[in-house]
Amino acid sequence: MEGSTIIFYMLALLSLLSAVLAVTTRQIFRAAIYLLFSLIGIAGLYFWLQYEFIAAVQIVIYVGGIVVLIIFSIFLTQATGEKLPKQKYGSQLFAVLAAFCGFTVTVLQLFKYSFKQTDLPHVEPTVSNIGNMMLGLTENGYALPFEVVSILLLAAMVGCIVIALKNKSLKKV
Amino acid sequence: MIQPGLYQILFISTALFFIGIYGFFTRRNLITILMSVELVLNSVNLNFIAFNKYLWPNRLDGVFFTIFIIAIAAAEAATAIAIIINLYRSHQSIDVENAEEMKY
Repeated sequence: MEGSTIIFYMLALLSLLSAVLAVTTRQIFRAAIYLLFSLIGIAGLYFWLQYEFIAAVQIVIYVGGIVVLIIFSIFLTQATGEKLPKQKYGSQLFAVLAAFCGFTVTVLQLFKYSFKQTDLPHVEPTVSNIGNMMLGLTENGYALPFEVVSILLLAAMVGCIVIALKNKSLKKV
Repeated sequence: MIQPGLYQILFISTALFFIGIYGFFTRRNLITILMSVELVLNSVNLNFIAFNKYLWPNRLDGVFFTIFIIAIAAAEAATAIAIIINLYRSHQSIDVENAEEMKY
């Protein structure tokens, strides 16, 4: 057995186990930390697949940005040390059943299907290749979606500021 | 042990997707629901990267889809947290039962 196989299964175990703990633990701060480990495990899988740029983006944006944002909002809205209320047994059973059935159907279909690989020459996912294609204007270029996403990010930023502004008429009441 | 390949990665991403779906069904707190949505988005990203690596290595389309999904997820998380904090200001709690007034 090779070392890379062991590393793959360890990363998979890390991300799946901490994902399960993140959705089942009743302490919300711990859930955020387990989510952090799950995202790090997925970043490790990207490294394992040799997509280093995507792994770096994953760590910078998810681990460094979104999880920190979530932890901040937990501090702002949650009493520390308080457990979340227990779920109803029936609704939990229903959720387990729904998730498990969906998982089984998808996996059965997945292993029945045989994928075909192309024989065309490989393009290495280096940073220069990604940059040239992302801002390229040829038929494989992604300049237009790039601009659309930049507009979306700007709109989200303005929207956040508008939503988070203190409403003066509410304050007087 | 089986040599890891496309099927193993797709299995992992399917499992992550349905773990996220389970959290989405059972949680009542808006921040934990947001965490479940992040898990689902991550499983989709893993899928795109795996397909790009094993089936279409001649193009980089999966990489771009992943980058755009990450950007959209960041925008979504920021907007959702702004809404959650605003909801907390008016209701002093962030359970989904309190959010039903938002439709008016």
